[in-house]
Amino acid sequence: MNRTLYGNLIFELSKKGRKGYSLPQDYDRTHTTAELPEALRRKEAARLPECDELTVVRHYTNLSHNNFGVNDGFYPLGSCTMKYNPVINEEIAGMKAFAGLHPLQPAVTCQGALEVYYNLQESLAELAGLSEFTLNPCAGAHGELTGLMVIRAYHESQGDIRTKVLIPDSAHGTNPASAAVCGLEVVEVKSLADGTVDVDHLRQLLSEMGSEVAAMMMTNPNTLGIFEPRVLEITEMVHKAGGLMYYDGANLNALLGECRPGDMGFDVMHINLHKTFSTPHGGGGPGSGPVGVRKGLEQFLPTPRVKKVVVNYDLPEDGPTEWEGFIVDWGTASDINNSNKPLGSVGNFFGNFGVMLKAYTYILSLGSENIKHVGPLATLNANYIKERLRDSYLLPISGLCKHEVVFDGLVDKSSGVTTMDVAKRLLDYGYHAPTIYFPLLFHESLMIEPTENESKETIDAFIDVMHKIAKEAKTDPELVKTAPHNTPIGRVDDVLAAKNPITTYWKSKE
Amino acid sequence: MFKYFPHTEEDLQEMLKAAGAKSVHDLFDDVPEAARFKREYELPEALSETDLRLFFEQLTAPDNAMQLVCFAGAGCYDHYAPSVVQNLIQRSEFLTSYTPYQAEISQGTLHYIFEYQSMIAELTGMDIANASMYDGATATAEAAMMAWGNAKKANCVLMSETVDPKVRRVVETYAHFHGFPIKLVPAVNGVLDRSALDKEIAEGGVAGLIVQQPNYYGIVENYTGIADALHEQKGIFVVNANPSDLAILKTPAEWGADVAVGEGQSLGIPMTFGGPGVGYMACTEKLMRKLPGRIVGQTLDNRGQRAFVLTLQAREQHIRRQKATSNICSNQSLMALYVTIYLSLMGKEGLREVAEMSYAGAHSLRDKLIATGKFKDTFPGQPFFNEFCVDYEGDLEALLDECTANGYLAGVQVGEKTLMLAVTEQRSTEEIDELVEIIQQFKEEEAKA
Repeated sequence: MNRTLYGNLIFELSKKGRKGYSLPQDYDRTHTTAELPEALRRKEAARLPECDELTVVRHYTNLSHNNFGVNDGFYPLGSCTMKYNPVINEEIAGMKAFAGLHPLQPAVTCQGALEVYYNLQESLAELAGLSEFTLNPCAGAHGELTGLMVIRAYHESQGDIRTKVLIPDSAHGTNPASAAVCGLEVVEVKSLADGTVDVDHLRQLLSEMGSEVAAMMMTNPNTLGIFEPRVLEITEMVHKAGGLMYYDGANLNALLGECRPGDMGFDVMHINLHKTFSTPHGGGGPGSGPVGVRKGLEQFLPTPRVKKVVVNYDLPEDGPTEWEGFIVDWGTASDINNSNKPLGSVGNFFGNFGVMLKAYTYILSLGSENIKHVGPLATLNANYIKERLRDSYLLPISGLCKHEVVFDGLVDKSSGVTTMDVAKRLLDYGYHAPTIYFPLLFHESLMIEPTENESKETIDAFIDVMHKIAKEAKTDPELVKTAPHNTPIGRVDDVLAAKNPITTYWKSKE
Repeated sequence: MFKYFPHTEEDLQEMLKAAGAKSVHDLFDDVPEAARFKREYELPEALSETDLRLFFEQLTAPDNAMQLVCFAGAGCYDHYAPSVVQNLIQRSEFLTSYTPYQAEISQGTLHYIFEYQSMIAELTGMDIANASMYDGATATAEAAMMAWGNAKKANCVLMSETVDPKVRRVVETYAHFHGFPIKLVPAVNGVLDRSALDKEIAEGGVAGLIVQQPNYYGIVENYTGIADALHEQKGIFVVNANPSDLAILKTPAEWGADVAVGEGQSLGIPMTFGGPGVGYMACTEKLMRKLPGRIVGQTLDNRGQRAFVLTLQAREQHIRRQKATSNICSNQSLMALYVTIYLSLMGKEGLREVAEMSYAGAHSLRDKLIATGKFKDTFPGQPFFNEFCVDYEGDLEALLDECTANGYLAGVQVGEKTLMLAVTEQRSTEEIDELVEIIQQFKEEEAKA
């Protein structure tokens, strides 16, 4: 990373008459857009930049130098599973033969793509201990919403009106937001002091409103990185009340090899391929949020669905012939309001196929013999950090953690150095900050997720820096409070940004 | 150990010791016995890189992944993109980063999102754009929810029948679960039936109307006067517009739209079997605080430098939880970068050239198809851009099979006799002529025999 700011905007590099493309000139110009009635045409040309190719290449290369990714250094951003994004995944996803496929071309002409799609569905089902998956959702939040739709479609098919969803108060904000978008009312389940679900409170809620409960959403390990020890009891209680259990797969990485959501009694879940299955986060997307269901709920999954079929032909010359292959079930427009039918559709086509290629490549690279080590190694790394940092950072919950560990700021808070300050100081030392101020259960949350890919040397170096910062907080608190010092920009004025929002170049010129 | 796992036996022992465990499995002692997974996964064994390449080469052999000359559209288009774009988005500083929470080390991402927002605002004419959405369909569904949420008293959101049926289905799915009705406004001769719309608006209770431009059938519709009629009833006007065509076509803002949405795949993104693309979403300043998704804004840092940062976060789920404007908590960032670099290279002139070439190619193909005597215009007299519908007199499925066998994806069948074809600047005159020739030569009787 370049620690000097490259401050230009592409618009500032534009000069009339420059261009960065080449198109063939020998085309039939019989028709031009001037034929269109004036009422249908825009008055003024869009003020897009005019730049030569090298200017554009340098601009975005320079911008990239002001960015920090997993390839630049340790990125222990809790709950985001910033694992290594293998390069071979990119090579496979970039194959021209995949890039050139149109989603509506006949299934017989794209069996290879459909096979990848189908096999990934099947692989995820095995890893999750569930029956079937849809790969249509484009992100984790999108998956959550889709999963809740499945749950509502199921209850609707039973003629059962259930409008409430139980969500632990420790849940990620996306859970209640997804529930609200899906038309469900959120009821919070309290947490105990150790961050796990208060089963007594859950029991009380179920006795009060059990027949209205559509589902309970859970992350396990929860957002504190703690495995919910009473999960089997919880799923049983909710099932008894007629509700379904939703598993938020945000923290699935911890469990690979050791435990499957389906075996814990979950009915519906999503997986973040960009977390657990190594596809790059890309600065915020594209992700992929496949949704899996247990047996008996498959019919509600959204269309399109990729299916494996065997078709029998009776050809006059060859006699009976069998064709085994993959087809796309596009569903019908009337599905949405019919019970026992797909719930509808949640995206343009099949979801982010390019991302699926990367995830499937990852699964094939690891194979059954390596995938099982992912959870244990990620968990080992996190527990190692937990034990080695607890002298300097307040560990509010002792005992085992899973893939991530949450501290509640410094042990010694006397100098007034906050979690924010520690996070910013880490940037000076060439690390991405952990997730901060989440979970909300603690005031100074500092959530560290190392993933299985980080070496002991990398983690030791990080631990040393964390201790060093704790020391600085005592000896030179101002240094920490005013950090970062060694980054392209210093702390930003958030209030100014929100007060009079400038969200386009044109607005900034006003 | 495996190449993505750095732990040596020695590392393992030291780390386990520090963690107070004998084996890694002890770290799962808190998992109830009944929930432990004790067998091997039924998955293929690990493939070496060599074998992986072989595996995928077989899957993409011509038989398995036919590379067809593409005249299909219906929401996914085969446009050109300069080589630079794909190369730059693969830069690992962009690719392997996450949402720019730490602005100090994420100016690269924040910067390009700001540029992206500026370009989308400029193309659509709207005041403000968000950092992008999953795709055009979900962006449209979000717009429908925005309309519904914005209305004080309403009983439905209207949607034109000329909106892509795939998009319509997504909007209807979201609306069904979110809990509001979508009422379809019928079409006549391939365009929105204005008298039916006027009637709906006059009845009142309309939270908004969703239209598409060009519409699903490729027709450029005239939406003059609709915004005013809606605004009188406090409804909002949502225009789903193909951003590539906005180099030429009247902008959503010029139509009086309150919200503009659409699919950005047409801005040079490879088709890749339908995804990833990128949804865009923009609105008027008035609706700014109801806009879902991430938004990047300009500010200053404590050294007085211009800096960019995620802003207006009070709308978002991590602060507002169930009261957020949406559950979306990411964007399609890398594809927004793709579009930004594409538009930087194509610029003002390039996008116009793409539009002219696509328009010219589509109109030339339509003329040539009509001249074969085998086709009629499905929607006579309607202006179209780079996609159009024709009715085939014979067995359309047989004709399409013949084209496929000859390496041509001749469009998308949208009715028993109706074929929809799209032409982009990537289709040469030779390809257009060859497609017409295949169709001209096709004789159904021979195909059947």
